Amino acid sequence: MRYILSYYRNYIPFMFLIMAFLFGQAMCELALPGYMSDIINNGIVKGDLAYVKGMGSIMIAVSAAAMICAIGGVFFASWSAARIARNIRSALFRKVMAFSAAEMDRFQTASLITRSTNDIQMVQQTTIMFLRMAMFAPIMGIGAVYKALHTSVSLSWTVGVALGVIICIMGIAFFAVLPKFKVLQSKLDRLNLIMKERLAGILVIRAFTTERQEEHRFDEANLDLTGINIFINRAMSFLMPSLMFVMNAISVLIVWAGAHLIEADKLLIGDMLAYLQYAMHVIMSFLFVTAMFILLPRAIVSAQRISEVLGTELSIRDPDQPLQLPETEESSEQAGPANARGLVEFRHAGFAYPDAENNALTDIDFNAEPGQVTAIIGGTGSGKSTLIQLIPRFYDVTEGQVLVDGVDVRSVSQHDLREKIGLVPQKGTLFSGTIASNLRYGDEKADEADLVRAAEIAQAMEFIEKKEAGFEEPVAQGGTNVSGGQKQRLSIARALVKKPEIYIFDDSFSALDFTTDKALRAALKKAAGGSTIIIVAQRINTILDADQIIVLDEGRIVGKGNHRELMASCRVYQEIARSQLSDEELARYGAGQSAGASESFGERGRSDGRS
Amino acid sequence: MADRDMKRPAPGARGPRRRGHGGGRGAAMMPGEKAKDFKGTMKTLSVYLKPHALKLVIVLVCAVASTLFNIVSPAILGLATDKVVEGIRGSGVDYHALLMILGVLLALYGLSLLFGVLQGWIMAGVSQKVIYTLRDEMSKKLNRLPLKYFDGTTHGELQSRMVNDIETVNQALSTSLTQMITSFVTLVGILIMMIRISFLMTLAALLVIPASMLVIRVVVAKSQGHFKRQQEYLGHVNGHVEEMYGGHDVIRAFNQEEMTIEQFEEFNDRLCESGWKSQFLSGLMMPMTMFIGNLAFVMVCLLGGYFAIIGRISIGDIQAFIQYVRSFNQPITQVANIVNLLQSTAAAAERIFELIEEEEELDPAVDQEPAKAGPAQAGEAKTGPAQAEEAQAENGAAHAVRGEVCFDHVSFGYEEDAPVIHDFSFTAYPGQSIAIVGPTGAGKTTIVKLMMRFYELNSGRILVDGKDIREYSRQELRQMFGMVLQDTWLHSGTVRENIRYGRMDASDREVENAAKAAHIDFFIRTQPKGYDLEINEEANNISAGQKQLLTIARAILSDSPIMILDEATSSVDTRTEQQIQNAMDRLMKGRTSFVIAHRLSTIKGADHILVMDHGDIVEQGSHEELLARDGFYAKLYNSQFVE
Repeated sequence: MRYILSYYRNYIPFMFLIMAFLFGQAMCELALPGYMSDIINNGIVKGDLAYVKGMGSIMIAVSAAAMICAIGGVFFASWSAARIARNIRSALFRKVMAFSAAEMDRFQTASLITRSTNDIQMVQQTTIMFLRMAMFAPIMGIGAVYKALHTSVSLSWTVGVALGVIICIMGIAFFAVLPKFKVLQSKLDRLNLIMKERLAGILVIRAFTTERQEEHRFDEANLDLTGINIFINRAMSFLMPSLMFVMNAISVLIVWAGAHLIEADKLLIGDMLAYLQYAMHVIMSFLFVTAMFILLPRAIVSAQRISEVLGTELSIRDPDQPLQLPETEESSEQAGPANARGLVEFRHAGFAYPDAENNALTDIDFNAEPGQVTAIIGGTGSGKSTLIQLIPRFYDVTEGQVLVDGVDVRSVSQHDLREKIGLVPQKGTLFSGTIASNLRYGDEKADEADLVRAAEIAQAMEFIEKKEAGFEEPVAQGGTNVSGGQKQRLSIARALVKKPEIYIFDDSFSALDFTTDKALRAALKKAAGGSTIIIVAQRINTILDADQIIVLDEGRIVGKGNHRELMASCRVYQEIARSQLSDEELARYGAGQSAGASESFGERGRSDGRS
Repeated sequence: MADRDMKRPAPGARGPRRRGHGGGRGAAMMPGEKAKDFKGTMKTLSVYLKPHALKLVIVLVCAVASTLFNIVSPAILGLATDKVVEGIRGSGVDYHALLMILGVLLALYGLSLLFGVLQGWIMAGVSQKVIYTLRDEMSKKLNRLPLKYFDGTTHGELQSRMVNDIETVNQALSTSLTQMITSFVTLVGILIMMIRISFLMTLAALLVIPASMLVIRVVVAKSQGHFKRQQEYLGHVNGHVEEMYGGHDVIRAFNQEEMTIEQFEEFNDRLCESGWKSQFLSGLMMPMTMFIGNLAFVMVCLLGGYFAIIGRISIGDIQAFIQYVRSFNQPITQVANIVNLLQSTAAAAERIFELIEEEEELDPAVDQEPAKAGPAQAGEAKTGPAQAEEAQAENGAAHAVRGEVCFDHVSFGYEEDAPVIHDFSFTAYPGQSIAIVGPTGAGKTTIVKLMMRFYELNSGRILVDGKDIREYSRQELRQMFGMVLQDTWLHSGTVRENIRYGRMDASDREVENAAKAAHIDFFIRTQPKGYDLEINEEANNISAGQKQLLTIARAILSDSPIMILDEATSSVDTRTEQQIQNAMDRLMKGRTSFVIAHRLSTIKGADHILVMDHGDIVEQGSHEELLARDGFYAKLYNSQFVE
């Protein structure tokens, strides 16, 4: 809550201003019954029409003042509430943009989206309500009590009785009905879930002809929901008429008690009528405040969820004095291979997810060198993706070091580091805009020729050309109008536009068919020959001709070498290969063609990996 | 479908509305949606209300009664005041008469309460039952719509109908409908009561109405644009948030945070601007109408005072009149909103009816089924003896299927005028395995969808065991097929329930045997609750590979004579993949199988290969034949395995 409240601090002067307006409004509105009482007492009862006219003009003036105060209040309330919401929204968005993968994992994307949309809206609505009504009700209520007491102390017990009864009614509603709203929400969620599942599984449901089961499942949820809805609606149907009854009954009570006072000359008839109005004001204000208390908990939950994000410490920050990475083409002064451009070194790196018992990666030690293709392979959960996420510092190592061009990635600014890297993530994320605007994500200044070159290498030209508007073809949010394979090719092209020194492909070829996969890799090797290329793959075909293959198993390197070497030495690699390639292929790649293949591999054949 | 996606407003623009009692004023400010056919929609809606006609009449009577009692009471309270005034002017208050009057008043209030509650009570039942029926019909409709319908409609759109539109109709039925009646009765009733006191005073008070109306109209017109813009930018902001959080890693990797934030701030600023303006303008309404109300009040006082002085009316009359004037404003705004409300309700109801009235799949056999439908629904969860017998009989029939599938000059296109499959003929003999291969996006699942009659052919026939698939009922036909798709759909529920999906009448032992055959039994038994492990909403408490194995177990259990398998197993580790392959191989044994093949050994081992490209079947034959032909398949094969 602390974090979110600070966004209200700047608007405290405005709140006082609003309060002043509301106070003015309340005073004016409360003055009206007094004038009315005077009109009746001194004008009508005494038959003085001039007095009625005079007081009438005063009443109009006062109600005009009430209106102006109310408008002033509304003006500043809307103005401040919108700005407070904007500032919180902006702060939240900036915060999330600064998050590292660890924080994204912690909150989950879906939850962050809800926090940035629904929760903020909840807070905004409550803020407006609060500034416009909730602040007004107590002022009005207290003012009305004061006026009522001022008019007649001996009648005050009537308002007390009314409030007592109302508290009882609200109390019953609160305890009997409010918990049911939670149940209602869960039943509604259940119905929506079933609905969602049925839509997603429509093929399966029809194939297994289980339509009836699904209808039955839905019907159960529907009946449940209808039952609870009927209960709540019926319970609520008591509320409004009962409150109305209490208010009406109280006016009867006031007239009865008032009559006695009037006869005893303790009260004027006009005052009794004014008192009736004050009593209504008191009751209405009370109801308003109660309603606020019902709404407030939900807003507080939302506010807490937002605060939680705002208050999160970033786990990855830029160093106070970032080192410069060696510039392209300039020889570096750091130790390591001369003229290093895009050299990635893992030095006994280890990584554990926060709160995890075991390391996700342990003792990762290898170099990915410029001009070479380094492939990483292993089963699900072997840590492949985690490993490459250490390079652009999405996560920080918990042991050892990751170096780029001889510099620890933690000692340079994240911006500089990522300038060197072209990442192609597992799912081809595209943004709404055009194909061109997506490709220019890699480099804003890229010209048409750059885009064409990148698209050609990524084998995307073929389908871009078929689009009506070519590069200007619109891309829908989430890239829903582009197929999976096209998305991957476009996200590869995006990385190519950047012309980085280090390419990282995180299982980026999985949605491509073999032909495209192959053509793409061939073109890539030609075009990005001087860069460091790191490929994470599931399919062994994708990495057969890599210069170096790192085999991961349960977060450890269990093999290092080229395909032929690993086939000879690494058991895990053999298993993977056997599961994916037929004997014939194995034979062709393992032995038959090894002579041919080793020509291209030969030069940089590395020593066998340690198992 | 993509096109439709683009036209849809960004998510959040029409997010699920939370229910709340008593409509907010904001809703009235929104530019109302309009139904295309208002009359027709209302007529259809009235059909749903018809079974409750009697109750609705009672509701109507109650609402009118409750309102009437409320309307009379200020006049009676005025009488009481007069008694008091008489008392001071004359010889003391006549307490007996006063008590009588107040007693009557209290009784009237009590009756109003009673009828009010009764009305709400009955209406709650009626509206919820109507809503239940609407939901139920939509639910059943989903199963009868042709698959084609879902190609053209996004899930979001359908869900919006089932959630938002239903909610709108629900609100209208449960509160707005009676509110409409009571507002109207109040308006007329108050008018009569006011005229009874003084015609001139009524005229003076009514002068205010056009002024109020004008203010409301001007404010609404002014703020509507801002409200629209606010909704629009809210959509932009929320859409942007959703998109950017989803692509968080890419934005970070490409150093695009600044640009993203810049864009966000632009949306955010505009949202803020339109937001406060619309809030302010709508906030104007209350103070302004209140001022106008006060004007009326003063006029009433002036006129009333004059009349009281000349003795035409009493002080009690003035008091009653003031109360009437005060309670006149609310029903006016409500009646003014009725048109909007009816329009938006009609628009929502129309979308619901559109779905309910959508053309259904033709299925002659279904018409003969209704007799069976009732008991089947009730008995499925726990199999009754009669049910078991019936299922047995069905199974028996299924086992007799040989599994011969014959395509006879089949032509098909998702769009009528754009056929993708041209004149395709081929026969799969019982027990054969057919591989379907082709590059990504070649439309490999089309053939599968045609066989199971998810789509209708343009021309030609598909025969299963020599009988046209259109002569089977869909249920009969689909029971002959078992299916393992790449998209591993499971529903929330236990592991056991999910496997049993393959055959609803299978015993626990059969379920477990199927799991064993799919190599998943061991895994299931290592889980906290074994077969009763609940698969959660996102189905993320089991891995992708295990999901795949569960779908295989499901297919094994179905024991269908024809199997359809999709080999693509992305993001599964190698050992699991091996298990999946073994399970699939076992599943194919002795059955006619259609495999969307990715594995070379499957392709080579297949009896027949169908090669697809751009939706069409471009080649067919055995591996050797196709290689010898040196066509598309040969190219595909060579590019894949030869440098």
